[in-house]
Amino acid sequence: MTAISEAIDRHHFSLAQYFICLKGIVWREALRFIHQRERFVSALVRPLVWLFIFAAGFRQVLGVSIIPPYETYVLYEVYITPGLIAMIQLFNGMQSSLTMVYDRETGGMRTLLVSPFPRWWLLASKLLAGTLVSVLQAYAFLLIAWLWEIEAPPLGYLALLPALLLSGFMLGALGMLISSLIKQLENFAGVMNFVIFPMFFASSALYPLRRVKESSPLLYYICQANPFTHATELIRFALYAQVAWVSLAVVVGCTIVFLFGAILAYDPARGFLARRNNPGG
Amino acid sequence: MKPFEIAQTPALEIDHVSHRYGARVALNDVSLTVRQSSFTVLLGLNGAGKSTLFSLITRLYAIRSGRIRIFGHDVGSEPGAALSKLGVVFQSRALDIDISVRQNLMYHAALHGIASSRARDLIAQVLDRVAMADRSQDRVGNLSIGQMRRIEIARALLHQPRLLLLDEPTVGLDIKARADILDHVRRLSTVEGIGVLWATHLIDEASSGDDVVVLHKGKVLSHGAVSDVVGGSGGADLRDAFNRLTGIADQNDLEAAR
Repeated sequence: MTAISEAIDRHHFSLAQYFICLKGIVWREALRFIHQRERFVSALVRPLVWLFIFAAGFRQVLGVSIIPPYETYVLYEVYITPGLIAMIQLFNGMQSSLTMVYDRETGGMRTLLVSPFPRWWLLASKLLAGTLVSVLQAYAFLLIAWLWEIEAPPLGYLALLPALLLSGFMLGALGMLISSLIKQLENFAGVMNFVIFPMFFASSALYPLRRVKESSPLLYYICQANPFTHATELIRFALYAQVAWVSLAVVVGCTIVFLFGAILAYDPARGFLARRNNPGG
Repeated sequence: MKPFEIAQTPALEIDHVSHRYGARVALNDVSLTVRQSSFTVLLGLNGAGKSTLFSLITRLYAIRSGRIRIFGHDVGSEPGAALSKLGVVFQSRALDIDISVRQNLMYHAALHGIASSRARDLIAQVLDRVAMADRSQDRVGNLSIGQMRRIEIARALLHQPRLLLLDEPTVGLDIKARADILDHVRRLSTVEGIGVLWATHLIDEASSGDDVVVLHKGKVLSHGAVSDVVGGSGGADLRDAFNRLTGIADQNDLEAAR
């Protein structure tokens, strides 16, 4: 009987158990990643198309003058590389977050949610797992870019890691928040048109904001207010082993707000899923 | 909690629970209990509200009216305590088919905070219980549907829950696999004292010693031992009782609508 009553009353988890749970979620994402190589390849193809075709085409049209963190004139493909890394994370974050929201009623997500750990911990762990996948994708992209002679200082590759973790987390949390709140964004095409493209184009990913300001001050302010601009700049400076302090502050702040909002929106009592239609049966 | 109190606490207690999707009422004042060590069949046609009830018990949806307790722990206010005593086999597949049986179970162990050394022992035990010990290294995608079901049951038992929920666990199985799973889960309740809630639309899955809950269009029409439910309805057997109960309910609905 003692064994049963112990089993019945055991529900407070130690810190070590929280980490076992986190590790398990990350490990499973890693296994899935290994087994779905096509997903990995297709996630790489998109930025490579931009790099090899788009950037090569614009190379002669657009030269980028000396702006921090660059110390010399840089080729256009060098300029857009950080933006393309941020794009990898944007796609990855939106895709995995959408899956988390819309697959909620299928087995995999249910298995996760029926865990006795607090839901915020489960969701944060899942976001972290998705972020780590995007970090791997980003480094794979950088490796190919390096073969294309787009090189950053060695220390930059190391300094990039915390920046990628932070920006990946922010974009994943944003994806979850948006897809939990806005019912109309039911599919990936909607998210592409209304979230990914506007965020990507209204940012410093493809052109320095100074140039944007010359043509449209309004657009410049929109770009400045776009968290994706700050994710891009955080990554750009980190790649040259520097810190973009304002961008860092914006990304940290946005991560906290988005994460908090996403957990609330995902909550069964508050989120829109509570109002969604019946699962059948 | 003292042992004598445990013996009296129901494994699952659903108390006046209602749920609606917009204007449509999915559950209307549902109350039922699953006694410890009992095998309770939740009988209802498709659309009766079984899956909604499962979604509420597993906290996928918030409980907006009524209460659900698992071994006395309220699902709404003490979800951690409640969910740690609960094992669930969902209707939709919850295993990752790309990875091995063992990797799936390790993941589940982590979701319950079980360290890998202990998880290894527990996995060996549960696989043995479902007679799948020799398949632990196999990729889940290579198993038959019946074998996957057994692995899902093993998964649900891994953290040693005292209450097991199964949502239409025999869907898609052949007659033999169905009988095997049913036998196996019955043994869990009689031999190991696990309270079982078995949701199904197949009346012949209930047998004479079970408890049964008849759920129809979101309402509990009858609840008790099979013999009591049959006796109370005036039917000859459970099938007859089910038809009578649901027929009367439909008739009443029709009259109310006039």
